[in-house]
Amino acid sequence: MPSYNAPVRDMLFVMYDVLNMDAYKDLEGFGEATPDVVSAILDEGAKITQEVLQPINLSGDEEGCHLANGVVTPPKGFKEAYKQYIEGGWGGLTGDPEYGGQGLPYVLGVAMNEMCCSANFGFSMYPGLTHGAIDAIEQHGSKEQQEMYLPKLISGEWAGTMNLTEAQAGTDLGLIRTKASPQPDGTYLVSGTKIFISAGEHDMSENIIHLVLARLPDAPTGTQGISLFIVPKFLVNPDGSLGARNKVVCSRLEEKMGIHSNATCVMNFEDAVGYLIGQPNKGLRAMFTMMNAARLGVAVQGYSMSEVAYQNAVAYSKDRLQMRALTGPKAPDKPADPIIVHPDIRRNLLTARAFNEGARAMAYWTALQVDIARRHPDATERQKAEDLLGLLTPVAKAYFTDMGFLTSSMCLQCFGGHGYIREWGVEQFVRDARIAMIYEGANGIQALDLVGRKLPANNGRALMEVFFPEIGGFCEQAAADPELAPFATAVLGALEHLVDAGQWLMENGMKNRDNAGAAATDYLYIMALTTLGYMWIRQVKAAKAKLAAGEGDPQFLNSKVILAKFFVERMLPDTAAHLAKIKGGADTLMALPAEAF
Amino acid sequence: MKLLVAVKRVVDYNVNVRSKSDGTGPDIANAKMSMNPFDEVAIEEAVRLKEAGKATEIVAVSMGLKACEETIRTAMAMGADRGILVETDAQLQPLAVAKVLKALVAKEQPQAVLLGKQAIDDDCNQTGQMLAALLGWAQGTFLSKLEVGDGKAIVIREVDGGLETDEIKLPAVLTVDLRLNEPRFVKLPNIMKAKKKPLEVIKPADLGVDVDPRLAYSNFRDPPKRQAGIKVKTVAELVEKLKNEAKVI
Repeated sequence: MPSYNAPVRDMLFVMYDVLNMDAYKDLEGFGEATPDVVSAILDEGAKITQEVLQPINLSGDEEGCHLANGVVTPPKGFKEAYKQYIEGGWGGLTGDPEYGGQGLPYVLGVAMNEMCCSANFGFSMYPGLTHGAIDAIEQHGSKEQQEMYLPKLISGEWAGTMNLTEAQAGTDLGLIRTKASPQPDGTYLVSGTKIFISAGEHDMSENIIHLVLARLPDAPTGTQGISLFIVPKFLVNPDGSLGARNKVVCSRLEEKMGIHSNATCVMNFEDAVGYLIGQPNKGLRAMFTMMNAARLGVAVQGYSMSEVAYQNAVAYSKDRLQMRALTGPKAPDKPADPIIVHPDIRRNLLTARAFNEGARAMAYWTALQVDIARRHPDATERQKAEDLLGLLTPVAKAYFTDMGFLTSSMCLQCFGGHGYIREWGVEQFVRDARIAMIYEGANGIQALDLVGRKLPANNGRALMEVFFPEIGGFCEQAAADPELAPFATAVLGALEHLVDAGQWLMENGMKNRDNAGAAATDYLYIMALTTLGYMWIRQVKAAKAKLAAGEGDPQFLNSKVILAKFFVERMLPDTAAHLAKIKGGADTLMALPAEAF
Repeated sequence: MKLLVAVKRVVDYNVNVRSKSDGTGPDIANAKMSMNPFDEVAIEEAVRLKEAGKATEIVAVSMGLKACEETIRTAMAMGADRGILVETDAQLQPLAVAKVLKALVAKEQPQAVLLGKQAIDDDCNQTGQMLAALLGWAQGTFLSKLEVGDGKAIVIREVDGGLETDEIKLPAVLTVDLRLNEPRFVKLPNIMKAKKKPLEVIKPADLGVDVDPRLAYSNFRDPPKRQAGIKVKTVAELVEKLKNEAKVI
């Protein structure tokens, strides 16, 4: 049976020693989040995720969800765990205090999401999707809609979903056909079929609030004609009590590769009563504003799987005796050495860990931009944070989930044949991790979003005026410090590759769009590696400062330095390869005619 | 009824503690610290008594370094109404703790003191008994069940070979065992509320208590490493080894 220990110490190190969250205490919600309170919250969050969610992870995967007479039942223990989760108030961590939330920093929400996901990916999506609905209603709903839906969504008594995909409309939402007909009373009747709806139907909450993309009768074709609707499972009376069952039902559960404990539903809407949210025909834009947050949530899923896979691979590698170390026996009293003596096992483990801890720092840094963008009094600071968030979100989503799958698989490799056997639990992490590369915008789409939308936005302002000065400035300063110089020099090298790749894109991507499409993923990888490198220097700097002050656990802090070295020596060099691939252009990729495939 | 509950900050039960190389004590410099699990049970029981309308106020007390405030905050997040930290960097031994608690009883006038039957760091299992003796109160130790009535309590004690049911007079010192209850998960809003609950910090001298250690520890060392086993060929050989090598029969 796999186990999970929430990495609370590393979370606190990132928040306070690396990102210096104390410096933001004037931001709304940060004042309450003093280090002692944050530490208590993370400790209690760790407890509920380790003791309530983790024990039903493997069993939930094996059992899956059940559909009978339109009612979906999640696996055994999920309903009770969900009850405990919402009674503990965890759903309201970052929610608006006006509607019963705690209003705590988004950074903390990301940390809690990480623990839930490492402990039980499938479970974490039920409250996770609710957050998406909360975001949409907070940002686009009318005051009345907010008052009607937010308190119960924030408390978790009601759950939320996002209904976007249809059979013919996946990545290309412009192809959506679901219809919404206006009624004399101002409501709409929504009809159509949505697929791949995570947490679309279940019996864990009193009500489910579906956010549904649909077309008005006179809507223009394509993405300009899509509107967003609230469609509750049970209609809500003006006094807040539940009324009639709405005509939205789950007609099928998908059989899938992973996340078996989360219900992936086909949802049929047949003249279901809906309420327009935001402006007519502006639904996609409304969806997109909440997508940054949702995509960051998926990014976190990537490294959360890698984290739990890593923890279990380490335990196995210290325990499993096979072969002798190449340099001679390390455990002569035993029949063989534990496999952790072998360099290749360490390559697997350290790749996962250098990624996990780099990604955690980058995820929290990105989340901090969400807080700054939403709460900072200074408009310039808000804009800088928005710019950075725009760039970092697709990078984190694609890179973290690609890597999360890869490194979970590397951790499985440490188990040898046992890794492929179900009862060890590590194969579930690999299967579960796979979805995060696909949903919430496939990773190829994230790369196009970065290269085609985020880079050129506002004449490249985010990259030129925020990203480069932030990382370049920090590295140049760090290069003057003999202890940080080797790391800074390496990251400055990666930054040069990023500049070089950008220039190549400017010169070649405009005249042939396929060149941009062919370069997008590699460009995203260079940016991810550079940002992770930056995060690693900041971690080294913080670790060295604590060591010099005689604070903290020396082994934990010294490990940071070794991991940063590993990252610089064995992961960061990939930027050169990605640059070379970019410069290969699109010609060869496009050379074969389709029929030659 | 007012309850005083003592909570101790100890090394977390998940930490594998080793002794310092010079043998002067356990090496816990960077270890994760938590509330003593037995004391968690004591707090939980107090909160249940309050929820059942039998207790009116719960005061959580701890003693030691400033960091013990965190342990008191946890107790308040679980449901204690306020806290008292007796702050000292002295090495606290059971007798000193019992004396401090006695002084706090004089100050607070509770009808019962609840505490864990022992702490998982030193495993002393002495403080509650010493406190009862110092106060001249009844004591109910190793409790797996507690029913509070009018001026008395019915307790079930876990004793060697079974359970013992006693009726004891209040006020009393009650030390609890793990089977008494299962402590709740702390709720997020209660963590936030705990921050605002009153926490008084005083010094042992304010209570007129001398907390100087009475016992000197001479040496700490790890238990001997377990040796690899061997297979014996006959029962006779086994008996011989048990007699002469292991010297257990």
